[in-house]
Amino acid sequence: MNPSLNGHHPRKRANYHTVVAIVEDKPGVLMRVASLFRRRGFNIESLTVGHSEMPGLSRMTIVVDGDSAPVEQVEKQLYKLIDVIKVSDLSQEDIVARELAMIKVRCNNVNRHELLDIANVFRADVVDIATNSIILQVVGDEDKIDGLIKMCEPYGIRELSRTGRIAMVRGTKTTTVHEPEPERIARIHQTQGRRVEGDLPFSSD
Amino acid sequence: MARMTGAQMVLEGLQREGVEVIFGYPGGVVLPLYDTLPQYPGIRHILVRHEQGAAHMADGYARASGRMGVCLGTSGPGATNLVTGICTAWMDSVPVFALTGNVSRTLLGKDGFQEADITGITHSITKHNYLVMRPEEIPLTIREAAHICRTGRPGPVLVDIPKDVFQESAEFDWPEQVHLRGYRPTYEGHAGMIRRAAELIDQARRPIIIAGHGVIWSDAQDELVALAEKAEIPVITTFLGIGAFPEAHRLSYGWLGMHGMFYANMAADNADLVIGVGMRFDDRAMGRFKDFNPGVKIIHIDIDPAEIGKNFPTAVPIVGSAKNVLPRLTEHVREAKHTEWLQWIDQVREEHPSLHIRESRRMLPQYVVRTLYEETEGNATIVTGVGQHQMWAGQHYFYKRPRQLISSGGLGTMGFELPGAIGAQVALPDAEVWAICGDGGFQMTMQELAVVVDENLPLKIAIFNNGYLGMVRQWQQLFYDRNFVAVAMTQPDFCKIADAYGIRAIRVETKAEVAPAIREARAHKGPILIDFMIDQEENVWPMVPAGAALSETIEAPAEELAR
Repeated sequence: MNPSLNGHHPRKRANYHTVVAIVEDKPGVLMRVASLFRRRGFNIESLTVGHSEMPGLSRMTIVVDGDSAPVEQVEKQLYKLIDVIKVSDLSQEDIVARELAMIKVRCNNVNRHELLDIANVFRADVVDIATNSIILQVVGDEDKIDGLIKMCEPYGIRELSRTGRIAMVRGTKTTTVHEPEPERIARIHQTQGRRVEGDLPFSSD
Repeated sequence: MARMTGAQMVLEGLQREGVEVIFGYPGGVVLPLYDTLPQYPGIRHILVRHEQGAAHMADGYARASGRMGVCLGTSGPGATNLVTGICTAWMDSVPVFALTGNVSRTLLGKDGFQEADITGITHSITKHNYLVMRPEEIPLTIREAAHICRTGRPGPVLVDIPKDVFQESAEFDWPEQVHLRGYRPTYEGHAGMIRRAAELIDQARRPIIIAGHGVIWSDAQDELVALAEKAEIPVITTFLGIGAFPEAHRLSYGWLGMHGMFYANMAADNADLVIGVGMRFDDRAMGRFKDFNPGVKIIHIDIDPAEIGKNFPTAVPIVGSAKNVLPRLTEHVREAKHTEWLQWIDQVREEHPSLHIRESRRMLPQYVVRTLYEETEGNATIVTGVGQHQMWAGQHYFYKRPRQLISSGGLGTMGFELPGAIGAQVALPDAEVWAICGDGGFQMTMQELAVVVDENLPLKIAIFNNGYLGMVRQWQQLFYDRNFVAVAMTQPDFCKIADAYGIRAIRVETKAEVAPAIREARAHKGPILIDFMIDQEENVWPMVPAGAALSETIEAPAEELAR
């Protein structure tokens, strides 16, 4: 068995916290957050970043190991970063949490049907197929993805890519920022290039 | 709006932020800025001899005056040389504005000559930093950076500007107000929490206030005195909090920590309520965390919410500035007397005086500090380096006002003394400023003597010369079985070094010469250096050994007292 996959057996998640941070969409923000976690010794289980519903703001979903640090400290330290606007700990909330994974599995004409059956049970999509392999795409919580991975392992997993968790609170409650910038400031921020187009040097993100 | 070059915008912006002094060192990429300096005669440029000195001077300037200090370096080594000074300011929450040049935009990321990713390097030691990629961004950046630097919990910021951005022109659009969605310091303090804190104070039988650097930065000395007097609460300070409470006050019990007063440590360890104001419960102050005063309740007042609950669980957290919170707390607490508690601490102080200087024919460093205190009538501003002399300066000089002792507490930066004192003297040209230097630390930054001469500063420099890295020697003696490694130093003739710079110098070799030398230095109008050849093997007491609890504070052993 591929030793690199040993880590994908179901993990203890008892003390994992999902923290959502709304941050300015500026060069270097990801580095600031990552560097903060590193130097304070907070363990990141996963971290995803993407656009939010507000122009100029990104949304980070960070799954942090609560055993490595009190989540309250994580939140407070995040707030110290000027580019971090709002932090919400979703641990006590009723949330929808999802992750996407692509799994490239070894297969042949004989066992492909079995794999398609398994994919069907997990509502995974086949997004690529070749003579000796197949790529399955699955969306769900970590347990579901772990389950599919486990089922695929006997066939031989050639490649695995997971996005990490994104999450949202159920119901009308949101973690969003309700305060647009004043027009003049927004104009300065926009026209004066606070969100510079194209790549910047050192933008580790 | 007017059209300006990037360099003009930087200086115009700094001027509008009230900057009068820049400590800097030129180099290739900041030449456009230096070319523009003569157009701004309101900004005085002080040429340092090493960029580390520039950062420490900006730091000393800020600590002495309460204003933002500005330092400037070129790209690459110029910028990296600032790092120690920036980190020093970061650990002690000092508003230092660091300005650096970088290589032109097209060369960024190409490992060009003298390129360093200084924004990447300083992420973790600045409140915020900026790489400015367009001249139009400069006014807003300067405004925001200065705002972040000196509001809330103050701290260093860095603005990095590529050479061609200094040269390009754009409209100067100065934003009147700063709007940062992610930065809203809380100054007020929560009313409900303040009432709860007052209740705890009213119930406490053995309350103690631990005042820190935050009291000094929010200028709340009077407010602290009012609270302490109304509820009769004894006050101790942290090392950086020295001066936050007048040490001659009847409720003052010195400062706590690794080399704090025995009775201050015992008071903190036996209190039933600790009111921490503008301090961060650092390990050097509190000893081993898990054995600090079990059962004590803590009220923590600090402007930085992240400090609350970081090291100790807090009964009542109050996020706000001491200046605002203390008067409201004073309003809510009942007048009280804690006679028994004060008597208990007085008793400990009587039995363990800590600051008693023994009779000795040797030139004890404690005696030098105490003589300086007496000769200056306790009015001088003292700037220290790091090590034994720093602790003696904290212990044996008695401070009456905030900003009177300037020292690198958090980072413990040797070499801070001389440039720090230069910065302080620039901020306070008429004040009597003494740089108390270690013989080790002095040699880390002594090239800045040239700045003392250039600027004709009346600085008094006292070197505590024991030919050792004294604090390290003390640790090797106590904890490494007297295995002295790499601590004895062959010192140069410091008086000749001073001579070489054109600074007067006095060598003091006996106890009898101490007071006359200090008098001579005070009478001298210009800068002067005194090389005190202090007793070589004197140790700092009391001491909480590294990793021990405050209750395990040890005092000078008998054999040392007999020396």
